[in-house]
Amino acid sequence: MISIQGLYKQFGNLEVLKGIDLEVGKGKVIVVIGPSGSGKTTMLRCLNVLETPTKGVISIEGNTLDFSKGVPKKNIAAFRRLTGMVFQSYNLFPHKTALENVMEGPIIVKKESRDAARKMAQALLEKVGLGDKIDYYPAQLSGGQQQRVGIARALAMDPKVMLFDEPTSALDPELVGEVLKVMKDLATEGMTMIVVTHEMRFAREAADEVIFMDQGVVVERNIPEEIFTNPKQERTRKFLNMIQ
Amino acid sequence: MKMYLNSIFADPERTARLIDIAQSSFLPLLKGAIFYTIPLTLISFIIGLILAILTALARISHVKVFQIIARIYVSVIRGTPLLVQLFIIFYGLPTLGIIIDSYIAAVIGFSLSVGAYASEIIRAAILSTPKGQWEAGYSIGMSYSQVLRRIILPQAARVSLPPLSNSFISLVKDTSLASLVLVSEMFRKAQEIAASNYEFLLVYSEAALIYWVICFILSVIQQMMEKKLDRYV
Repeated sequence: MISIQGLYKQFGNLEVLKGIDLEVGKGKVIVVIGPSGSGKTTMLRCLNVLETPTKGVISIEGNTLDFSKGVPKKNIAAFRRLTGMVFQSYNLFPHKTALENVMEGPIIVKKESRDAARKMAQALLEKVGLGDKIDYYPAQLSGGQQQRVGIARALAMDPKVMLFDEPTSALDPELVGEVLKVMKDLATEGMTMIVVTHEMRFAREAADEVIFMDQGVVVERNIPEEIFTNPKQERTRKFLNMIQ
Repeated sequence: MKMYLNSIFADPERTARLIDIAQSSFLPLLKGAIFYTIPLTLISFIIGLILAILTALARISHVKVFQIIARIYVSVIRGTPLLVQLFIIFYGLPTLGIIIDSYIAAVIGFSLSVGAYASEIIRAAILSTPKGQWEAGYSIGMSYSQVLRRIILPQAARVSLPPLSNSFISLVKDTSLASLVLVSEMFRKAQEIAASNYEFLLVYSEAALIYWVICFILSVIQQMMEKKLDRYV
């Protein structure tokens, strides 16, 4: 359903991604781990073209972007709508309430009616446990609540795949659980997810597969039990020893 | 000072004359303010603000030509006196066969001036909005102009309100320069009245008082708007 072929990304002289190949099946939850600077966030950002890959082919449900050729802006916007992005720093729109944050995409991009958008936004906020906070501004919400609004905002576009970029890294420890719970619920419902995270428990409990990246390449890929208890590669072992 | 006050209060006839002049000149001055000073300010500020947004966007765009045009425009306008610009537009351009009505000339001059100064305010405000806001907008499928209009400019408005209010209030007073290109705004009225009765101190002070009242009302409005825009912080 999602495929990445020969993905390269270069920032100036620095090559961050050195040929990533990855297939992700529908409904699968993939957790990406790796040391900082390994390129995992960059890979995620390439998937919704917040970074333009230097070369490579990305395709989601038959929609393909080949970056070895030029890609028109129009195609990028359409491609982005297939993905929902959740940011480490939430990036909610501070001048809009929780409800307005979630309604923005459906109204402006999908051209839905206000009423329909409001109904859906309300349902999504209830789903992430914020039914009583819909008229709050982001500044009035805790980090965990803001991140859950962020998830609802991404879901509102009805994406084919949800991309999570270290969604709990900026949170106080006691707020991590509420965000992970929402993510686990999503996984259970069959949402396709690619999650960059340092939460190994989430990886163990919710991931179908774990990918270990280092220095711009995929080093190892396996089911969670295998990768955590019996890593094949020396680099994976070293990394897991360091964080555990 | 003492002599002036003595001349007023020691002489009831002069006191009466001054009160009479103050009263009779108030209405013409107010008319000058309502029909010229205020509309001149409003129209110029609105056009200037549009120019400023376009200039700010040109400055931060990746197109070199836009950047250069914007830089030259801001440099020329900020680097030359407003009065000289007004004189070039009104007295200078007719030499090239371009004859512009005094009121229009003033609007052009003031708009260009606001556009240049405010563009720097708006550019700074746009750049102060975190990059993540652009990315969040793009990530839900919005286009550049949608993100700009819906996400960035509303936040930039909050940041730029105090400095823009400064520009606006300055503009109210700068419109007095239009008197020199024959616009019959408030200060020109004041000059005409004072020239006929020689009570310069009285008439000019009266004009100053009206400018002050207008600016005072504006700063009250500014405070109200700031409160409204600050509601989400």
